[in-house]
Amino acid sequence: MMSRLRLMWRKSLNNVMLTLTGVAAFAVVSVLFLILGYLVWNGGKSLNWDFFTKLPKPVGETGGGMANAIVGSLKLLSLAAAMGLPVGLLAGVYLAEFGGKMFSFVIRYTADLLNGVPSIVIGIFAYSLAVLPVRHFSTLAGGVALGMMVIPITVRSTEEFLRAVPGSMREGAMALGASKWRTIITVVLPAASGGIVTGMLLSLARVAGETAPLLFTAFSNRFWSPGWNQPIASLPVMIYTYAIAPYDDWHRQAWAAGLVLLALVLIANLGCRLVLNRRGAIRSV
Amino acid sequence: MSTATTIEQAVPPAPRSRTFIHRLRDGDEVAHVLTLVFAALILLITSMLVYELWVNSHLSRAKFGWMFFWTRVWDPIFGNFGAAPFIYGTLVTAIVALLIAVPLGLAGSIFLAELAPRKLSDSIAFLIDLLAAVPSVIYGLLGIFIVVPIMRTKLGPALKSALGFLPFFQGPNYGVGFLTAGIVLAIMVVPFIISVSREVLLTVPREQREAALALGSTRWESTWKVVVPWARSGIMGSIFLALARALGETMAVTMVIGNDPKISASLFAPGYTIAAVIANEFTEATGDLYLSALIELGLVLFLMTFILNGLARLLIVATEHGGGHP
Amino acid sequence: MAAATHGNNATVSRLAPTVRVTDPSSAALQKEARLRFQISNLDFFYGPKQAVFGLNLKIPAGKITALIGPSGCGKSTFLRTLNRMNETIRNSRFVGEILLDGQDISQMDVVRLRRRVGMVFQRPNPFPKSIYENVAYGLKINGYKGRLDDLVEHSLRRAALWEEVKDYLHKSAFALSGGQQQRLCIARALAVDPEVLLLDEPCSALDPITTAKIEELMFQLKDSCTMAIVTHNMQQAARASDFTAFMLDGRLIEHNETSKLFTTPADPRTEAYITGRFG
Repeated sequence: MMSRLRLMWRKSLNNVMLTLTGVAAFAVVSVLFLILGYLVWNGGKSLNWDFFTKLPKPVGETGGGMANAIVGSLKLLSLAAAMGLPVGLLAGVYLAEFGGKMFSFVIRYTADLLNGVPSIVIGIFAYSLAVLPVRHFSTLAGGVALGMMVIPITVRSTEEFLRAVPGSMREGAMALGASKWRTIITVVLPAASGGIVTGMLLSLARVAGETAPLLFTAFSNRFWSPGWNQPIASLPVMIYTYAIAPYDDWHRQAWAAGLVLLALVLIANLGCRLVLNRRGAIRSV
Repeated sequence: MSTATTIEQAVPPAPRSRTFIHRLRDGDEVAHVLTLVFAALILLITSMLVYELWVNSHLSRAKFGWMFFWTRVWDPIFGNFGAAPFIYGTLVTAIVALLIAVPLGLAGSIFLAELAPRKLSDSIAFLIDLLAAVPSVIYGLLGIFIVVPIMRTKLGPALKSALGFLPFFQGPNYGVGFLTAGIVLAIMVVPFIISVSREVLLTVPREQREAALALGSTRWESTWKVVVPWARSGIMGSIFLALARALGETMAVTMVIGNDPKISASLFAPGYTIAAVIANEFTEATGDLYLSALIELGLVLFLMTFILNGLARLLIVATEHGGGHP
Repeated sequence: MAAATHGNNATVSRLAPTVRVTDPSSAALQKEARLRFQISNLDFFYGPKQAVFGLNLKIPAGKITALIGPSGCGKSTFLRTLNRMNETIRNSRFVGEILLDGQDISQMDVVRLRRRVGMVFQRPNPFPKSIYENVAYGLKINGYKGRLDDLVEHSLRRAALWEEVKDYLHKSAFALSGGQQQRLCIARALAVDPEVLLLDEPCSALDPITTAKIEELMFQLKDSCTMAIVTHNMQQAARASDFTAFMLDGRLIEHNETSKLFTTPADPRTEAYITGRFG
């Protein structure tokens, strides 16, 4: 009933398709190495001491660096951390330790929703909150935008790692007379701290590379930006500005900045994920 | 006499213990309320976000109404704004991206879940997760300096000569445009499809695959006809997630799409997406109507991604909770 | 003979692993000239670990052979080598000869082999498709000619499921009860007309009434389809099979007509197992 020909066809189809799947997987992975390779090649050439220490030169002049953008990104990240991490942490504690069923579901759903909002729309929101009322761009506004993006990731990882702490540990503390909040602070949080901290670092690594929300909040700045009320330069925005400009020298600097940004983001991600893998599975996406 | 004493002693010393318990309870109460407030803050932020989008787009919504979606004109000078070119561009680039990313991603996830030894699969999945962490502006950088020149000099002409009879591949080719943006987007969303699909495929029970093999299927047949259908919902979910990501992507697209608010059949033509026009023109917007129109576009984008993400989560959960029911 | 089995059992089994195998060829098998499977000196390895040692067995055609033994004795592993199902496990291999109707199965195309030797698993595992599509699956991939509807009905009848599902063929297989799903899996396996059906503890997840139904089904099928069934349930082996093989620690201890093995076991280990003293 089954012809030899048909079996041969089925087997060759089998081999072809399975090979194709392997090709696809390796093609995707090779893109990663391509990206790294290009950035190292093009960016490495242009990376020098000036890049890290000098301010940008006026338009048209060659040379200069992105010192202000590096510092700017750091300032923005610290603002985002100060605003977003506590919210994420405490909300995560609520969801894992105190939450009622319905309300927790709503909070989780909303956090997921916030996570899925396109970053440019977050920028619009931060604009209406922090730029419109005072009629100027500022570091603070940028921090607000990035801070909001930090929250959903932090909430999810905090809750996940708190839940992973075994009930026996909690019961042990409570049996000794510790109240709930004391148990959380002295036993549960420390036990989950590794995972929680890595979750926080991952969220910061993600927003460090964000450009869109900064375009009309922190805007940009060709000089140093003292305080928190002035527009400020950041690495991603500089990369964008320089890449679309018609000057070769600016392109060169964009590659260098791209390499620095990618290196920081990838190292943070690599480190965090390796730590998490050793502790237990990390949910992707 | 003695009974009276005993009864008195049986009553606990009231004031001291009550304050102690009270204090304890209060501590927990405080913690509860504190964390609840912060959790509610998330709700507050998201509601405010929707509110602000709605309110600040009021001018534009009032002036243009539903026509906003059909109007092809984007004229800041005369104050006439329409969303059609941007919706078109957003959808076209997303569709092109999915047409490339879905087969590639699905094939890759099948390899990782079914064929590769576990260690290799885990390592490659790890690397692909790293790809997902690369910032959008970096993809844009590579898009401008690598993909655009290739499109202009090699890929474009090749497609033209092979498929030039289709309206998609006609017209002048400058390197930037819908196709280039679609290709860059495809590279950006493939990691999501592979990641989620792989996880979902790994949850398919062994017995399903074994049952198919025991009936004399080849490995490909058992994978394609039994394992993948079982994981169908989750895979669909990953595609929706990828789509939502592609729709909201700003920087990489802005850098390679050509920024021209026109609707064209040709994939070589420059276009514009919602996210790109907001990124480019927000700070230049003169006048409240202009700004309001841009914010209305933001609202539209928000709604699109909201619906897609919601569906995606539902589908992924559906597979995790017990398999592909037909 | 009795004296030789005193003392260290392990020594005895190492020295003469098949000393107690009562080869049915001397009795029952000579009436049945056809053997479906002939297994000679089978060793099976999961990586470095050996699970089956020097197994010799003949499985006669048109009969039901039961494989019994305590957990971990290797009976499922052995069963799965017969359709090379163990190949899905990395680093597994077997040494020795397994002949199906005289042909060496390791030289055969595995897809072809699995069409001829079907399998029913411990837990019902219908595909996420309709009842019809489940049964038709094997037929479709093999490109069978003839009307699919007729073939599907024929298989469902053979599995004693037709009457219960004939009006619901396009409903999801998951809508069926556990026992019905298992019979569906049997119908699905029968659809490709296998010569042998391997059943790996098919009733362990089912209730006694359904188990009885399936045993009756097996009895009706055995003329057209040789069966080998692994079972934990000795009463089932005693009821339902023609021949029984008892395995212990990866070795075949005794193999005989079921009635003989259960009433007058030749090996004391067999006797100990069937009287419930261990396992």
